Amino acid sequence: MKKVEMPKMGDTMEEGKILHWLKKEGEQVKKGEMLAEVETDKVNIEIEAFASGTLRKILVAEGSSAPIGAPIALIGTPDEPLPDSPGSGGKSAETTKTAGVPTPPNVQGSAAQQPVAPAVFASAQQAISDGAAPISQGRVFISPIARRIAEENKLDYAGLRGTGPNGRIIKLDVEAALTRVQPAPSPVQAAALPAQPVTAAEPVLPQVDTGEVVEIPLTAMRRTIARRLSQSMQTAPHFYVTSVIDTDKLAALRQQINEYAASDPNPVKVSFNDLIVKAVAKALLRMPQMNVSFAEDRLLQKKQVHIGVAVALEQGLIVPVLRNADQRGMLDIARETRRLAEAAREGKLRPEDFSGGTFTVSNLGMFDVDSFTAVINPPESAILAVGSITPTPAVVDGQVVVRNRIKVTLSSDHRAIDGATAARFLQEVKRLLEEPFGLML
Amino acid sequence: MRTITYRDALREAIREEMLRDERVFIMGEDIAGYGGTYAVTKGLFEEFGEKRVRDTPLAEEVITGAAIGAALGGLKPILELMTINFSLLASDLIVNSAAKMRYMFGGQAAVPFVIRMPGGGGAQRGAQHSQMLESWYAHIPGLKVAIPATPYDAKGMLKSAVRDPDPVLFIEHELLYNVKGEVPDEGVEYTVPLDAADVKRSGQDVTIITFSRMLHVVLPAAEDLAKEGIDAEVIDLRSIRPIDIDLIVESVQKTNRVVIAEEGWKYYGTGQGLAALIYEYAFDYMDAPIKHVTGADVPMPYSKVLERAAMPKKSDVIEAVKAIVPAALVRR
Repeated sequence: MKKVEMPKMGDTMEEGKILHWLKKEGEQVKKGEMLAEVETDKVNIEIEAFASGTLRKILVAEGSSAPIGAPIALIGTPDEPLPDSPGSGGKSAETTKTAGVPTPPNVQGSAAQQPVAPAVFASAQQAISDGAAPISQGRVFISPIARRIAEENKLDYAGLRGTGPNGRIIKLDVEAALTRVQPAPSPVQAAALPAQPVTAAEPVLPQVDTGEVVEIPLTAMRRTIARRLSQSMQTAPHFYVTSVIDTDKLAALRQQINEYAASDPNPVKVSFNDLIVKAVAKALLRMPQMNVSFAEDRLLQKKQVHIGVAVALEQGLIVPVLRNADQRGMLDIARETRRLAEAAREGKLRPEDFSGGTFTVSNLGMFDVDSFTAVINPPESAILAVGSITPTPAVVDGQVVVRNRIKVTLSSDHRAIDGATAARFLQEVKRLLEEPFGLML
Repeated sequence: MRTITYRDALREAIREEMLRDERVFIMGEDIAGYGGTYAVTKGLFEEFGEKRVRDTPLAEEVITGAAIGAALGGLKPILELMTINFSLLASDLIVNSAAKMRYMFGGQAAVPFVIRMPGGGGAQRGAQHSQMLESWYAHIPGLKVAIPATPYDAKGMLKSAVRDPDPVLFIEHELLYNVKGEVPDEGVEYTVPLDAADVKRSGQDVTIITFSRMLHVVLPAAEDLAKEGIDAEVIDLRSIRPIDIDLIVESVQKTNRVVIAEEGWKYYGTGQGLAALIYEYAFDYMDAPIKHVTGADVPMPYSKVLERAAMPKKSDVIEAVKAIVPAALVRR
């Protein structure tokens, strides 16, 4: 019997929700066939079977979530006996004894009533274990009432720190863990949510009009945005450097490119943003000290330049990634960016489409903004916020003339990047955009 | 309500029952002219005369057998034994006769009598006369064992015991006779059932279960704990057979922690039997093992200093509570 596990489909993914099973229990599946549609924090995606056989058991019902690596289904031969506990032997072996709901073997349709696979508890455990506290090894000592409360709330207590005599987990410890997990999930604890009925019920959570306010339940995307951007603002000391860039030459170049591209067998229109992405990619290639992640005890300098392009969606925001932007030609950048934006709007981004970014460009130029500051998209260390191109009185050779200009603001993580570095980088971007011939070289 | 002593409450119960039912009479060593070793029956001889207030020889086996016979014959004797320690001489009569009659005669015979006797130590009575032996009798099907701690309960339960159709061992304590408490006026009829424990202090954090004289050690301990931010519930068992396990389980469901405090010895006694019941019926509500405060596991010393050291104290109760109430729960 082979376990199908929840795959990791993106940097920020911690859990996935099964939207639809595309195969029924008892149905034949071939390796590579689509098995289920899964919603991650960013996209909806179909996952494929990695082995052929009979889909013997669905462990995570439609609408329920499971953390990465948790078993979600079993594939085997039609007459192979089902294991008593689907999680046993897997990474969650130690937690299966606490799941309390053994899977009834060979009962058709029973899986639909089982809200969470036992392995879900594994992440709850990670989430609630206090990093500084010793985690009990082997047998867990827990008072009967504490265990009862934990089981009633589907909380795995194996990783809790017991404050009772002999490290025994007592009622207070479980209650404290539950308050940590339940009402206000902090970034690290969000993974524990699937263990809570609140998440299982998410698809049908209605808006609630209390008279004073309308309470809108968070979508997975909204929760991810909230979590990651709070984390960014709270951990990365942001500083901002603004530059004004003359775009007249850039506009001329763009016109030339687009005239050429119109006659291309696969016509495409290059935007100002595509040119900015190209400039940023080139500047990063020249200044790798900007292309970094802060990793507590060291900096990770990325060898590849993957530029994230923020795309506004009706329900939130996503940052698809233009991989190896420095190596792509202008038309390629334009085409790939269009494809990504479209896929993002349709919720069809592939994991590689929105993971691994090293720098982000956020452009609100179309909304007639002068300038703005952006929140760094972790684990990246900088983001460029681009305003609108505006005819501006400028002093050139002692004369006041009207020039088309754009204001860009670079947000940098001061743990990784210093002011002078950021300023030199912005200078390079400005040079590339003001003398855009260099972009083509 | 007026305040009277435990001793006076007992006397009132006996007198009221004797007035109520002429089958009720009292017998025992020195209970008539002398008024009883602990002066419980003082004045009753004068009021009711020698027919209903009978002095007996110093022979517990004989007088217990006589009381059983009287009960079988339709009377309702209240027998006073000087202490529970002497009841051992009569234990065959109590265990093999009184407790068995109804069962062995298929309900055609009954022994509706009461044996009153004090147990416990603390008055320098020495090793042979200071014992808490209530659990010996509570072990026996066919007996009821009442062990009240307050004047109110003593009066109400003694009246219930007299009216009960089966043998009731009514266990007092030498150091309780002078304890005062509120009791309804004489002539105001009330009884206290023989199968009901009583919450003497309501609390949230821990249930302290006790009985007899230890109640008066536990209640001050609970007040001291309250000053330190621990809210203890105090349950007075009042009867140990039958035992009111429902009330105890209800309390444990609320507090999740139990301390049992008794004056007697630890092993195989009332507390251990009760602990087993709690584990059986309230296991899923326990947050800590039961703590058991008991007398020292030694024959009671005669020396005043050693006797005090051998008996459980307020500080022992407080220490036991603190051992199982998490510091984080303590309200500052």
